[in-house]
Amino acid sequence: MAAVHHPDNELGHEHEHHGPPAGIMRWLTTTNHKDIGTLYLWFSFAMFLTGGVMALTIRSELFQPGLQIVEPEFFNQLTTLHGLVMVFGAIMPAFVGFANWQIPMMIGAPDMAFARMNNWSFWLLPPAALLLISSFFVPGGAAAGGWTLYPPLSIQMGMGMDMTIFAIHILGASSIMGSINIVTTILNMRAPGMTMMKMPLFVWTWLITAYLLLAVMPVLAGAVTMLLTDRQFGTNFFNAAGGGDPVMFQHIFWFFGHPEVYIMILPAFGIVSQIIPTFARKKLFGYSSMVYATSSIAILSFVVWAHHMFTVGMPVTAQLFFMYATMLIAIPTGVKVFNWTATMWRGSMTFEAPMLFSIGFIFLFTIGGFSGIVLAIVPVDIVLQETYYVIAHFHYVLVSGSLFGLFAGTYYWLPKWTGNMYDEGLAKTHFWCSMIFFNITFFVQHFLGLAGMPRRVPDYALQFADFNMISSIGAFGFGFSQLIFLYCIIKCIRGGPKATDEVWEGADTLEFTDLPSPAPYHSFETPPKVK
Amino acid sequence: MGSKVTAILVWVSTLILYPSMAAAERTDGILSTVNLPAAGSQIATEMYDLHMYVLYICVVIFIGVFGTMLYSVIVHRKSKGFKAANFHHSTTVEIIWTIIPFFILFGMAFPATQTIIDMKDTSTPDITIKATGYQWQWGYDYLQGEGEGIKFLSKISTPREQIRNEAPKGENYLREVDNNVVVPVGKKVRMLLTSNDVIHAWSVQQLGVKQDAIPGFIRDAWFKADKPGIYKGVCSELCGKEHAFMPIVVEVLAQEEYSKWVAGQKQESAEPAVDVNKEFTMDELKATGEKVYAGNCAACHQANGKGISGTFPGLDGSKIAVGPKADHIKMVLNGKAGSAMAAFKHLSDVDIAAVVTYERNAWGNTTGDLVPRQKLKHSEIKAFRN
Repeated sequence: MAAVHHPDNELGHEHEHHGPPAGIMRWLTTTNHKDIGTLYLWFSFAMFLTGGVMALTIRSELFQPGLQIVEPEFFNQLTTLHGLVMVFGAIMPAFVGFANWQIPMMIGAPDMAFARMNNWSFWLLPPAALLLISSFFVPGGAAAGGWTLYPPLSIQMGMGMDMTIFAIHILGASSIMGSINIVTTILNMRAPGMTMMKMPLFVWTWLITAYLLLAVMPVLAGAVTMLLTDRQFGTNFFNAAGGGDPVMFQHIFWFFGHPEVYIMILPAFGIVSQIIPTFARKKLFGYSSMVYATSSIAILSFVVWAHHMFTVGMPVTAQLFFMYATMLIAIPTGVKVFNWTATMWRGSMTFEAPMLFSIGFIFLFTIGGFSGIVLAIVPVDIVLQETYYVIAHFHYVLVSGSLFGLFAGTYYWLPKWTGNMYDEGLAKTHFWCSMIFFNITFFVQHFLGLAGMPRRVPDYALQFADFNMISSIGAFGFGFSQLIFLYCIIKCIRGGPKATDEVWEGADTLEFTDLPSPAPYHSFETPPKVK
Repeated sequence: MGSKVTAILVWVSTLILYPSMAAAERTDGILSTVNLPAAGSQIATEMYDLHMYVLYICVVIFIGVFGTMLYSVIVHRKSKGFKAANFHHSTTVEIIWTIIPFFILFGMAFPATQTIIDMKDTSTPDITIKATGYQWQWGYDYLQGEGEGIKFLSKISTPREQIRNEAPKGENYLREVDNNVVVPVGKKVRMLLTSNDVIHAWSVQQLGVKQDAIPGFIRDAWFKADKPGIYKGVCSELCGKEHAFMPIVVEVLAQEEYSKWVAGQKQESAEPAVDVNKEFTMDELKATGEKVYAGNCAACHQANGKGISGTFPGLDGSKIAVGPKADHIKMVLNGKAGSAMAAFKHLSDVDIAAVVTYERNAWGNTTGDLVPRQKLKHSEIKAFRN
């Protein structure tokens, strides 16, 4: 790639040295936040397709009752790895990719605070992914205890489980480094005049997310380390016969696991909070209450973990506490939905792909929020725990929540990244296909769960046959719709109508107001002035 | 944009129609495919009603919020020349929509709290049954009340051929067991839950019970069935490869019939099932052993004894199955720590003897070993049971 042309290039200025080396070395040695962002995004898309293939294999097996395509033990490996790959390989790195691209540009900083560590935190991911995926091919196969890795079942697994544990350690180290980088960048490198309460909401949500990551990734590392020593070195943390307690693992895991859920959704809230005002051509309603709501969600996320464990047999007071705390989360989440609606109200709206995905996000995420309220009610949770209702619930918040947020953000910023407009027709087709097939796949799973179909089963009773067939058809539709996305992205990278510097009429953040399209390889070497 | 409006209308109408569909289902008495099945106990009724109540509130809020948004999406668009307004906050409005949800949530939490307190009250049961989860079946011990002393194992009775699509699937596919848990109607039954290996969960939706069975710990739950009938459930915590195949069937009988059932069970256990003085022949042991093997071992080690490469070792020619007899018996009784090989102490001496004999003399294994060297009561198995 040619060096970036600065106006003072003809003077043989030393900036010339900042151009990246060519070929593979550019990507291996890069310390540029934009390159690293690109790496993160492509990596996560590859993992998204990998996890997607696993999901489609699962749905093929569930197309009809009986065992047809895979054996039960392989089925369990698929459900386990689908969860781990999507959470740790697809969703989380994708948001870090957005953070890398956008945070420096949105706060007027030249790059991330720790540029070399940034390179290292990305390049930890491929070996971890390799460990996870290759565990399918070792004796005994991949981990098959569910992505939650509950002992004693996870103690029974073969070496695939140890590989998974090491992969989680590496992914955790990567996340922690990424978070330190993001926190430091946001706190120290904002352009003059950009006070905390002037930061774009995407930056705010990532700041809070990064703190959550710093708080809980070590907890997960601790949990899986105890699992490892129980497996290999004869400790008894989770073995009742040796004085341990299998339920303790669940407490530790979900103390990580619940904030993790918000780690995967808060940056999506941020993206949507950038997009809705842009396309409504109206300022975000209740900026400061959005910041406070995000912080409240983050704080509450530390005191609700046991709602994942209502059936383990807790004392009545514990059940009541965790039910009330969980229900409280509906309040700040509700505030966010009301604020987005109020932002749209009496705006002057247009409906390009980013806006469509954002509205789709609010609409479907709210359904996921409502099923969350239903599940928070302990007596109802008792009947629905470990059924397809839970599967439907968390796919509504993770797929039509986090993933739709990622799609929205991609279409929103892609013209700024590539300098070309994407194909709006293709993008809208991608949206409508995703929207319709997503609902065909997951809406019916609410019914399956209510009627009592358990999750993590390769086979089911005949009464569940119809909805499973519908769900599988939807899943294939949803899966293939993502190829439209891939095609649309590649087409946009290769060319297309030139994007203007502002890209969107109503955009008012620094990357749109102060930088050309495409954004130069090095941006904001002198900080912009923020009014 | 007409397609968008249509799509939204379809989803809103689905959400409106859904509760009414669900309500209609309930009166049918048939197992619902779109909602919770008809409740069979007081607690389950409360759960059912709570779910409908919360669902209706959610639907109303949903229509309110998305009705507003839909109106905005239709009217406030640039293509219609709508000019953007300039407001961007209102403290009053923001306080109102923080406080109102609080009261709505309070309205949901209040009835739920009462149900939770009822649900957790396992005191003064009429009958206490301990359920033990095994990979992959349930063991039941009647500990207290009418039927005290009855114990049996309960495992799936759907034939493998149906699961493998080699035979047409029966009406109760995957929801049938060899021995139902029998309880009387209208009596408070306290379930004690534990497990022998990994975490399982004992769950019968219509009776409002779901409780994890945790190895090394005992947890409890209770139900009181409203009317006689068959209530079905499933293991509700991933417990390994056969997780999908360990159903629960509770048979609720009228009091007299229950007493009859108890009497029948007592009589059966009074007559010794096996004459302890009996000298078994190889063929007898192998025949029994094959059945025990099919029910307990074949899921992993496979009917042909070859196991599954890399996951479950084969027994055909294995070091244990053709090596010293004592090691073989110990392995079956105690399992292998840190692996999927569970302990099978819960099987009877005859069953253990039979299955070990079978494994040592089936497929290519030809040790010729007959496990009970002498009469069963002095057999090697007794010695290894500690």
